[in-house]
Amino acid sequence: MSDPGEPLLRVEDLRVEFPTEDGLVHAVDGITYQVRAGGTLGIVGESGSGKTVSSLTTMGLTRRQSALISGRILFEGRDLVPLSDGELRAIRGNDIAMIFQDPLSSLHPFYRVGDQLIEAVQAHNDISKARARERIVDLLGLVGIPDPGRRADDYPHEFSGGMRQRAMIAMALANDPKLLIADEPTTALDVTVQAQILGLMERLQRELGMAIVIITHDLGVVAELADDIAVMYAGRIVETTSAERLFAQPEHPYTWGLLKSIPSLTGPREEALVPIPGTPPSLIRRPSGCHFHPRCAYSQAEHTRVDPRLEQVPGEPNHHVACLLSSPERRSLWQELQQGRTPEQALSEVGLPEAQA
Amino acid sequence: MSALVEVRDLVKHFPLSRGIVFQRRMGEVRAVDGVSFDIERGETLGIVGETGCGKSTTARMVMRLLEPTAGEVRFDGQDITHLKGARLKAIRRDMQMVFQDPYSSLNPRKTIGSIIAEPFVIHRTERDKAARKRAVQELMETVGLNPEHYNRFPHEFSGGQRQRIGVARALALKPKLLIADEPVSALDVSIQAQVLNLLRDMQRQFGLTVVFIAHDLSVVRHMCDRVAVMYLGKIVEIGPGDALYGQPRHPYTGALLAAVPVPDPSRRASDRRLLSGDVPGPANPPSACRFHTRCPKAQQRCSIEEPLLAEHDSGTQVACHFPLTPLEIDEIGVRSPA
Repeated sequence: MSDPGEPLLRVEDLRVEFPTEDGLVHAVDGITYQVRAGGTLGIVGESGSGKTVSSLTTMGLTRRQSALISGRILFEGRDLVPLSDGELRAIRGNDIAMIFQDPLSSLHPFYRVGDQLIEAVQAHNDISKARARERIVDLLGLVGIPDPGRRADDYPHEFSGGMRQRAMIAMALANDPKLLIADEPTTALDVTVQAQILGLMERLQRELGMAIVIITHDLGVVAELADDIAVMYAGRIVETTSAERLFAQPEHPYTWGLLKSIPSLTGPREEALVPIPGTPPSLIRRPSGCHFHPRCAYSQAEHTRVDPRLEQVPGEPNHHVACLLSSPERRSLWQELQQGRTPEQALSEVGLPEAQA
Repeated sequence: MSALVEVRDLVKHFPLSRGIVFQRRMGEVRAVDGVSFDIERGETLGIVGETGCGKSTTARMVMRLLEPTAGEVRFDGQDITHLKGARLKAIRRDMQMVFQDPYSSLNPRKTIGSIIAEPFVIHRTERDKAARKRAVQELMETVGLNPEHYNRFPHEFSGGQRQRIGVARALALKPKLLIADEPVSALDVSIQAQVLNLLRDMQRQFGLTVVFIAHDLSVVRHMCDRVAVMYLGKIVEIGPGDALYGQPRHPYTGALLAAVPVPDPSRRASDRRLLSGDVPGPANPPSACRFHTRCPKAQQRCSIEEPLLAEHDSGTQVACHFPLTPLEIDEIGVRSPA
């Protein structure tokens, strides 16, 4: 048993790099986060920010792609990085389970849904097929599939998108995991079905007490589900804090950009969107200094040279930001943005010392 | 002046057949089953709905990329429902489309310059080579692309830039109507806003009439003056955006709005009422009101008598026997403007 103060999962300075013909891809570049038992962490970022690679690595699923992995992944105090494949297999699908974005390609089209779930149960438990079947019928019922005894004999194509994702969740729950990693679990689904799946995940977490890491590009989804949020950009965590604080008092210019890029369902309709200019950087040849500086409206001359580290916001033990602006500067800038000013106006209001053209 | 587009009782059924040589007709998918609406000049009409509700099929019939099974489409006062050949081509000049996937909608073997110039070639305008190049570069500048990239190929551009190329191509012939079918759903959040702003600027600059199709309700609210909500081939509610989002009267509109995750943890939906089940297949839709199988307010009448679109005091037209009351709108957890 691990000591009670220890978080369920602690990732320390994790780096994942892939050698390619064009050079070394720095997919995950030294990230640190933790998830407490029963808690929910949301990892937000755009395509290529490293959010999926970091969680695949936690599951040991990047090992064979000649990935260079360093850092520590402590699950209940035990480091998963040096484990053998066999040792890892005992944990994967058992204590840590994962669901993926596309439920259709995650199920084998030739086998009945029930048989695929039975396989997941029997992989970790030495029980008869009949007992395993009882278990999976219970599970299918738990995730809200009507008439689970009969539907277990269906093939994946006979399930709708929402039901397939429910079946995948049932498979993930097969061995009572302590941690569920959900990678864009609702991206392929329609909005009413998405709401059902998010509601299901909330209910299961309440009933079963597992921890959840949810990876998504949708700020709405993390706002609904997560206790804590980590924002990733170019392989790094650039900001992490509680969900309430991230939306109320974000301190990283990239987070501001994300929040100002999404049209609101509830705010004034005429509010202009403030996109982030440019495109995400290449993970092979990353910008010097702060990786965000080419797209940042508030970047200063020294930001092209100095690489910011994730540092605690003064007076906020649970809020870390990797930004070279000072916290008072960031707070004034965000206030200006909240009043509907453009980044340029905010910049001249706050009057940073040597604004870069 | 009449509306730019008038759509009346538009129907599209796709036959379901079996067999290769002797095809037997097994039934039909009722993709669109009797929709009527007008699009006024200069307005943006949003069409929202879930997968398979018929929103893209409707747009494609308005563009006459598909021929309707029944019904009528009038464009600029002219009946275009069954136009063919040269007369159809003449009409097409005035209506252009921006597609969802900026990767598959651009020919990878053509340069950006020739992709954007294609409408000029097809419609034989700007025949002088130098003038054509000038026109293309002007368009590139308008949509925020570097005109010097004229000779580059699509793979050298990012998703957002490719969508700009698609917009430039659509604007080349100065169309009256622009149909954008999920133009931002394949793009990252930060890039989405760039393209949405571009579409809005273009609309203002060229006085375009726009049909904006999307599944993202927040995006549609941001972009559109009027919004139509579709469910299984029918319009269930249509009206001004403010009324529709503020006081949705159709239970399905209400359910959609309640289902959208809102990026604000302080307004987390703790006890929202979720729709149960999935959308039924359009090959065999429920009788009468197609939503009755999932509707929390359904009564016997809903499975017998089909509700027709009718004006309501809140300003939208609703096809429902038992529209939502203000109290119910609150209860469902629709998070309307604060």
